Amino acid sequence: MHPDPRPLVLSLSGITKRFGPLTANDHIDLDIRAGEIVALLGENGAGKTTLMSILFGHYVADEGAIHIADEAGRLAPLPGGSAEAALAAGIGMVHQHFALAENLTGFENIVLGTQSLWSFGLGRREARAKIARLVAESGLAVDLDVPVARLSVGEQQRIEILKALYRDVRVLILDEPTAVLTPQEADGLVATVRKLAAKGLAVIFISHKLHEVLALCERVAVLRGGAKVADRPTAGADRATLAELMVGRAIPQRERPPSTPGAPVLSLKEVSVGNPGQRDRLENASLDVRAGELVGIAGVSGNGQGALAGLVAGLAAARAGEVTLDGQRLTSADPAGRVTAHVGRIPEDRHRDGTIGALSVAENYVLESIGDPENQCGGFIRRGDIRVRAAEMIRAYDVRCPGPDAAIRALSGGNMQKVVLARALEGEPRLVLAHQPTRGLDIGATTDVHRRLIAARARGAAVLLISEDLDELFVLSDRIAVVHAGHLSPAMEAASLDVRTVGLMMAGHTAGEAA
Amino acid sequence: MLEALDIFTQANFWAATLRIATPLIFGVLGALLCERAGVLNLGIEGIFVAGAMSGWLAVYLGLPLWGGVAVAAFTGALFGLIHGVLTVPLGLSQHVTGIGVTLLATSVAYFGYRVAFPNVATPPRIEPFAPLDLPLLGDLPFIGPILGQQTAFTVFAFLCVGVVAVVLARTPLGLALRAVGDNPEAVEAQGLSVVALRIGAVMAGSALMALGGAFLTLSAFNAFYFGMINGRGWVCIALTVFASWRPGKALLGALLFGALDAYQLRIQTIAGGVVPSQIFLMLPYIVSIAALVLVARRADYPRALMKPYFKGQR
Amino acid sequence: MIRFVPRERTPVWLTVAVSVGAGLVALLLTAIPLALSGAPVFTAFALMARGAAGDGFALAETLTRATPLIFTGLAAAVAFRAKLWNIGAEGQLYAGALATVVLGAGLVEAPSYVLVPLVLLGAAAAGAALLLVPVLFKTRFGADEVVVTLLMNFIVLLFVQMMLEGPVKDEMALGWPQSAPVLDEATLPKLVAGLRLHWGLVLAVVAAVLLHVFISRTVWGFRIRAVGENARAARYAGLPVGKAMALVGILSGGLAGLAGASEVAGLKGYLTADLSPGFGYAGIVVATLANLSPLGVVPSAIFIAGVFVGADSMSRAIGVSNYLADLVVAFSLLSVLVGGLLTRFRIVFVRREPA
Repeated sequence: MHPDPRPLVLSLSGITKRFGPLTANDHIDLDIRAGEIVALLGENGAGKTTLMSILFGHYVADEGAIHIADEAGRLAPLPGGSAEAALAAGIGMVHQHFALAENLTGFENIVLGTQSLWSFGLGRREARAKIARLVAESGLAVDLDVPVARLSVGEQQRIEILKALYRDVRVLILDEPTAVLTPQEADGLVATVRKLAAKGLAVIFISHKLHEVLALCERVAVLRGGAKVADRPTAGADRATLAELMVGRAIPQRERPPSTPGAPVLSLKEVSVGNPGQRDRLENASLDVRAGELVGIAGVSGNGQGALAGLVAGLAAARAGEVTLDGQRLTSADPAGRVTAHVGRIPEDRHRDGTIGALSVAENYVLESIGDPENQCGGFIRRGDIRVRAAEMIRAYDVRCPGPDAAIRALSGGNMQKVVLARALEGEPRLVLAHQPTRGLDIGATTDVHRRLIAARARGAAVLLISEDLDELFVLSDRIAVVHAGHLSPAMEAASLDVRTVGLMMAGHTAGEAA
Repeated sequence: MLEALDIFTQANFWAATLRIATPLIFGVLGALLCERAGVLNLGIEGIFVAGAMSGWLAVYLGLPLWGGVAVAAFTGALFGLIHGVLTVPLGLSQHVTGIGVTLLATSVAYFGYRVAFPNVATPPRIEPFAPLDLPLLGDLPFIGPILGQQTAFTVFAFLCVGVVAVVLARTPLGLALRAVGDNPEAVEAQGLSVVALRIGAVMAGSALMALGGAFLTLSAFNAFYFGMINGRGWVCIALTVFASWRPGKALLGALLFGALDAYQLRIQTIAGGVVPSQIFLMLPYIVSIAALVLVARRADYPRALMKPYFKGQR
Repeated sequence: MIRFVPRERTPVWLTVAVSVGAGLVALLLTAIPLALSGAPVFTAFALMARGAAGDGFALAETLTRATPLIFTGLAAAVAFRAKLWNIGAEGQLYAGALATVVLGAGLVEAPSYVLVPLVLLGAAAAGAALLLVPVLFKTRFGADEVVVTLLMNFIVLLFVQMMLEGPVKDEMALGWPQSAPVLDEATLPKLVAGLRLHWGLVLAVVAAVLLHVFISRTVWGFRIRAVGENARAARYAGLPVGKAMALVGILSGGLAGLAGASEVAGLKGYLTADLSPGFGYAGIVVATLANLSPLGVVPSAIFIAGVFVGADSMSRAIGVSNYLADLVVAFSLLSVLVGGLLTRFRIVFVRREPA
């Protein structure tokens, strides 16, 4: 490698962090130069988050050191365990989940913590002038004077970036920044990042979307199992090589056997859910999900997926229109009724909706069916029977846990999801609702979920998959519909679609315009 | 019937309204500060008692009146520190901890009083805050007699409303407090300490609550009685929701409640004999519940209220 | 630097140790104000212990005092399990007591095997009905039940005073506001002749066992636990959240109502406005000290009762205020809350490396 003339701004050397027996970061070295855009690539659990948490002072490394350039460009050690020190040294981070106070305006969020708490007044004039300059330089236009709660996700992200720029960051970390954006919004972000890097900002771009990494970054560092397994220029790399580096093995192509759909199981006719004022609502949505068919719903989260999932799961009732399940009309919000109607439901948030953390694996397994005769007798729980069946389930689904009596909150996300899956697929449901079923799971657990959904489809269940992951949708779906601002497009044959079209539809274009 | 309306024209009634409202103003302001930062402080009832007792005792033992006020505020802050440490860094249930702080503050105050005065038949008295002697305002018709019955302590309460309002709306500290009650991560990410901000807010809020108690023993009355707080603290918690966590509305809510209480005291003497007095005494509590139920659906609770935050947990 | 690492499982011995430890820590903490007040600390504690359990008579007195505390402790335990913050046991106790004198002081005349169950049922129904109001406000309007139940305590007490001056007044009591006495047929018999200990204690212990079985072994108990731990997930799973909440309200309010019935029909024989020296609030401490376990409520209530009885006796002997007992109770609650961290987390000390 020929020497890079740009000055080094950040240098991590030998960073190691252990949590008990797990080594989350294993002697990681990483150098970043001014104006460089470096991708940090890795699966969930590869150690990206831990590494960034160490850099940002949330954790203290067991071994290793961080050096960061000071104003004069000299590298100086960064004290560990102090977010204040990281901020002061010029490290800024935009988290995947924004760290914004939604009751404050964008302006207030930006200046929060930048003045002494004991000073009086907010120094509005100078702050305004500086922000105006930053907006002009970066092109991040956004209304700064309304409460953040009223801004869209993309706008909130702009506030987040401005917040970092306002603190004169020299290193900006973007954690999965495009996950919440439409492909077109993501393009805008990419342009902004390029502009900022051209002015000398060093950018760390955390992602698992390979095409974005290849398009935006000049160098990519790949983490796997806590260790850095590659650090190379993106020039000359392709998606397959990066994916293999990230996973450590060639990714098996998932098989989706052909299937002939039967009669509609779930049918929506001009259905409206939720108040017209909400963003997450449905207006006049029509959709059929047939037996033996997997229909995918694409869209940026918050555009109506919640309303659709709530309707199918029985949490919400339709305001207008007709919903039928196997020909029976569904009129009321009735989660228990969905259970008895053989709808298997995998909620979006397994911690808040899917499981009850303090209860055991076995108890969570029978949560929906506790009133059934096999689980109770005269109002008393058949504890022995339940434990036996839970143990069988643990074997069948390969749930890694101490046993049926362990509190489910002690399980990893993937194992927790297996219990949710086992419960949802118990009794061979007619309809399966899978809402973001693989979010936050590693590749192994994701493959497992996919296999189970395909198996349900193969035995003739209708499967409704709501996901933000376009790759997942294209691999699994027979047909795909796109939801934007409450409007659901007709479901189209997946084979006839490409990512660009779906992306445009996610941004609100109709199928005709997008094609 | 006219008598019932006549009450509104009496300067005495309006003077009593202000007097009854003053401790509530302190209490609601205190609860509001704690809750804006994300901490429910059910220690309020006990902190009222401790403030009433400690402020009064300090004056009885020879401190000037404002010295007693300072002692009360300090006592309140101390119990606030206990509540803050248990609920913020340790993340214990704010409900149960608050009840515990109330029990502790009340029993410390009662035990302390009994240690100081083992066997007294009539409660010892102090010389309380004197009514204001206002040079010009005092001569005004109607307004004059109302203000002339108030003490500097009440004026101080109104000042506190202004100070809290300005701090919350216009200063970096207020910004940080409002942010920490909405999203502590936002505060942490900007390099501020969630723990310090929340404990600080709970201590300041508790100091204000204690002032509400001290007003009773140093201005409204001149002695400390067992059971004199009688649910005032709980009423403040309800009024805080009613006031949507805004200082201006808190003042309004406290004044409305004061007017209602003053009115029921007066209407009792008119309607007394026909309607049992307890019915009137229930009114303030019933109205508090009604107010809470009415606004509960629309109430814009601070998003992080009662949610413990642990650093680095996402 | 200290880290809290969540435990996968909590051994039972640890839970018990934390509760016992909290009681001891509370006594230690109480020694501080006691010493500051200039009282002889050891003498005072020795007198308290003797007063609470020094002889059969003292023990009987402690158990008598524990009876209402078991009921209110159970009321708090079942409610808090479901995250229904019922701080209104005091009011529900008075509602139960009022129902007892309404039904038991002459309105109904029947043999005791009819009247006693009727009175108990009436008291439980009164307490339950009182708690259903805030439960309804919570589920329908989203009004915080803590404030509502707290404020209702004051309303109920005023209502009881009103009743004592009116409908249930004892005309023979010469102006002193107390109710007419309950009939002999409505009275809970004494357990041992010559002592104040009555059948209410047996009822209370039976209630604790039944509640334990109900919560841990039955479908509805399961639903209550599920709703309490995560109401969102329970609703998603199709559990009847509203009904479970209402059931908790009925159980909790009913148990608190029984505390009132037991005090009136078992101990006092009539109702006054100072029937309860804060049994409702102390029940919260009892339940928390028992880690919300119904079986644990029994020993926990006996401990708290012992503190009160012992403090009274000590106060009579050496003149130290019996508010000392309230101090022990308050410190117990806070200590067990902090100690509870040990049952939920392993505390690990991590060496923080120098920068």
